[in-house]
Amino acid sequence: MKEKKTKVKSSLDDLDLTVSNQGKEQYILRLYITGSTIRSALALTNLKKICKEYLEGRYELEVIDLYQHPSLAKGEQIIAAPTLIKKLPLPFRRIIGDMSDKEKVLLGLDLKEVKEKIDFQ
Amino acid sequence: MKKTELKTFNNDLPKTPTGIQGFDEITAGGLPKGRPTLICGGAGCGKTLFGIEFLVRGATQFNEPGVFMSFEETNEELTINVASLGFDLNDLVKNKKIALDHVHIERSEIEETGEYDLEALFIRLGYAIDSLGAKRVVLDTIESLFAGLPNQLILRAELRRLFRWLKDKGVTAIITGERGDETLTRQGLEEYVSDCVIMLDHRVTEQTSTRRLRVVKYRGSTHGTNEYPFLIDETGFSVLPVTSLGLEHIVSNERISSGIKALDEMLEGKGYYRGSTVLVSGTAGIGKTSIAAHFAEAACKRGERVLYFCFEESPNQLMRNMLSIGIKLEPWVRKGLLRFQAIRPTLYGLEMHLAVTHKFVNEFKPDIVILDPINTFVTGDKEFEVKTLLMRIVDFLKVNQITALFTSLTSSECRMESSDVGISSLIDTWLLLRDIELNGERNRGMYVLKSRGMANSNQIREFVLTNHGVELRDVYIGASGVLTGSARIAQEALENSKVFKRKHEIESKKREIARKRGDMESKIATMRADFASEESEAIKILEIEQEMIKRLEQDKMEMAKSRKAKTGNIATKNV
Repeated sequence: MKEKKTKVKSSLDDLDLTVSNQGKEQYILRLYITGSTIRSALALTNLKKICKEYLEGRYELEVIDLYQHPSLAKGEQIIAAPTLIKKLPLPFRRIIGDMSDKEKVLLGLDLKEVKEKIDFQ
Repeated sequence: MKKTELKTFNNDLPKTPTGIQGFDEITAGGLPKGRPTLICGGAGCGKTLFGIEFLVRGATQFNEPGVFMSFEETNEELTINVASLGFDLNDLVKNKKIALDHVHIERSEIEETGEYDLEALFIRLGYAIDSLGAKRVVLDTIESLFAGLPNQLILRAELRRLFRWLKDKGVTAIITGERGDETLTRQGLEEYVSDCVIMLDHRVTEQTSTRRLRVVKYRGSTHGTNEYPFLIDETGFSVLPVTSLGLEHIVSNERISSGIKALDEMLEGKGYYRGSTVLVSGTAGIGKTSIAAHFAEAACKRGERVLYFCFEESPNQLMRNMLSIGIKLEPWVRKGLLRFQAIRPTLYGLEMHLAVTHKFVNEFKPDIVILDPINTFVTGDKEFEVKTLLMRIVDFLKVNQITALFTSLTSSECRMESSDVGISSLIDTWLLLRDIELNGERNRGMYVLKSRGMANSNQIREFVLTNHGVELRDVYIGASGVLTGSARIAQEALENSKVFKRKHEIESKKREIARKRGDMESKIATMRADFASEESEAIKILEIEQEMIKRLEQDKMEMAKSRKAKTGNIATKNV
């Protein structure tokens, strides 16, 4: 990857908003990739597309190249690449793969049934 | 990337010593260097421990740091678990000798959304290896990945790549795997790790469990193919490579006393050979233990170390009992020359006994080992196993130049030689104790059934337990065979009286001769006296006669004078 960490979008630091029940939670996402492989690029592209569609203006995505930061793999318990970690909102999730299965990505991000979903926070 | 193998490729497969007791012997040096080894086995058979010990020994003994990647236990659990075996992981981690990495996979957290690989795991492992300069890696139990990641196709491909990658990294790796139903591991890991496969097993037979290890496969190397018992105790893992030993031990010409003088005399007056195996067999209550105790005491007096395994009596009871025949063992125990190990034979399986024997012998370094008695091992129909067990013990002790004394109980029904758990061929000196029933008495007899390499006595001796130990008495052969007990005492008395009588006769004869000599001498004296008196008488008479002759002549002279005759004529006539 050209960029080590890419803050794609930074939104409001409003805690009230993140805990609100309106399906407007603040998403904190981390994508761990292993160098500039096709798979890494594909995952990033797919993810960006989904984020733009569903989480516009309320997500924070950090892309981390494990080759540059190998020690992070242990701390974050990462084994597969690419791995997307949804730190917030809870529950904590790992979404692995190149994100080509959009349905599953949405499921992993709890965006699929976002209307009916009761937030546990 | 290191290609360490290439250098010595033509000679031999380079190996990494594990430092695990006995294991390096059966594999002729350890695990294949720079290659992964699969350790498989059921639950609780010691896979993790094997891995941990491999790393700890590597770090502490061979200066090879290691990485432990655990897929099951957390670092804290692992540290606590192995602390009971004397391994201080915290310390090793702090000193950068060992890195622990717990890989936690929670199925519920994971969503698969397409193609992926395990490159992150590689990076993670690679980072750990590089940060320590690790030479050893343990992956315990990598199969857990199959539970966490649903896509088996990817997983299998990635595992194959992982093992290849480990090889390229040049690290010696251990991969553990749970045993499957029909395969060595549940996920068929043996397919990927094919250089060396070791199987651990934990079996229960007749209510006793034994751990065993087997080298299923070892490419490019010779290895022992048997199942070897192993032991996990407070010092870790130990494998017993006993059957791999040949019959090439050094033999000693030194002789050591049995502790019983008369018995030594039966054995050329010198006793047993050092490093030989002595069997004392006999029926119940015949004094086998006493002979063993004598031997132990004699050895301690020489300053040698004795390890006494008693399988039926407690050490205290044994010492008390031996005190009754005047053998004091307790001081030697206090001095540390004698050590008792009282274990019920049923406590462990046979293999475990072997393991325990090994351990104690290696620890105590005795000159003499006593096993009393050996046939309590035979429970059920395990005779073959018992024989192999004893053979291994005998071999092991011989190699270490340790003199062994076994006692063996023979039941009174089956006769002597056959009943001794079939180990007669292993024995160098065999003392047979037997009861001799005669005249309503039961007495003890002993003879040397065999004794390799010495001209042993062929006599049956009577064997008596006195308050100052075992004594061997000469045996009297009477009309009805060997005389023992009171028959012997009677015979002894008879012989004693005969001797006395004879002595008496000799004495009186001597006296008679003396008397006769006296008689003769006094007779000679009187005869001398008689003769002397007669002689003096005769002399006197002679003198008188001469006197008379003189006087007659004088008278004649005077007469002639008076007659004025010629004196000269008369004188010549008288002469």
